[in-house]
Amino acid sequence: MEKSADRQISNMPEEVELPRENGELVFDAPWESRAFGMAVALNESGKYEWPEFVNHLAGEIKSDPAEERSYYEKWLYSLADLAVERGLISESELDQRTNEYATGERNDDDH
Amino acid sequence: MSGHHDDGHTHEQSVPEIRTKALESLLVEKGIISTDEIDEVARMYEQDIGPMNGAQVVAKAWTDPEYKKRLLEEGTSAIAELGFAGAQGAKIAVFENTPEVHNMVVCTLCSCYPWPVLGLPPTWYKSEAYRSRAVIEPRSVLKEFGTELDDDVEVRVWDSNSEVRYMILPERPAGTEGMSEEELVEIVTRDAMIGVTKVDVPTSAV
Repeated sequence: MEKSADRQISNMPEEVELPRENGELVFDAPWESRAFGMAVALNESGKYEWPEFVNHLAGEIKSDPAEERSYYEKWLYSLADLAVERGLISESELDQRTNEYATGERNDDDH
Repeated sequence: MSGHHDDGHTHEQSVPEIRTKALESLLVEKGIISTDEIDEVARMYEQDIGPMNGAQVVAKAWTDPEYKKRLLEEGTSAIAELGFAGAQGAKIAVFENTPEVHNMVVCTLCSCYPWPVLGLPPTWYKSEAYRSRAVIEPRSVLKEFGTELDDDVEVRVWDSNSEVRYMILPERPAGTEGMSEEELVEIVTRDAMIGVTKVDVPTSAV
């Protein structure tokens, strides 16, 4: 194994801690692990520092005290915000692409 | 999962699911990230760093005396033989639990943990209570995990740090003599490798 887990990720502050069971990560749906993977991979490739992502996530979590949205929903919005902030994508192209998938105009086969 | 959103589309996908797809598709299209990278990261965090790695180390040590010797003498390299690397360059030392000595692991300062073999640390491991009490009253802590030790058993508590992480080689339970290495992997638990419990023989295997 050439890579090992980043302790900043394995060991995030209590308020943003990854959902886990018996120490292992828990994903309720495949998209959650995709969102997780994207955030970690972008950090690994130096697009942002992990604490910056954590800050965004902490903000999302704080703004949802009633937990109306799931952890990974907030994770996803943090990731999208940061990607826009870094100029990786624009808000409008993300909205447009989301709409294309939602309407079925764009449809990828699962890989 | 809540958040399913029905606005009349053919297949029912939640909004975050669709948005995740959209984000991934844009990032891949722009060459910022590849699907393989995302897969690899997700897979690594989900599986490769889980407690299974440690269970393989333990099962091999139980069945291969030469390996066990190397593991106890030089944990990092013996663990690397099975393909598991050290945590951010930290060494991994392994201690053996025996009928006379019971070892357990804590990190009193923060939550240093041998990730490559045990995966992500459980919440209780990082709790203030465990971190302080494991050193002061290890026997009470063990009792709370259901681990009763005779008074003449010596308890050793190992405090992890940034240079050395610890893993415990639990005692191989009686009644497992006929089990193969693969079968033994299945009965090793994470908590036993932290040293807060012993490995039990599952009733179905007896």
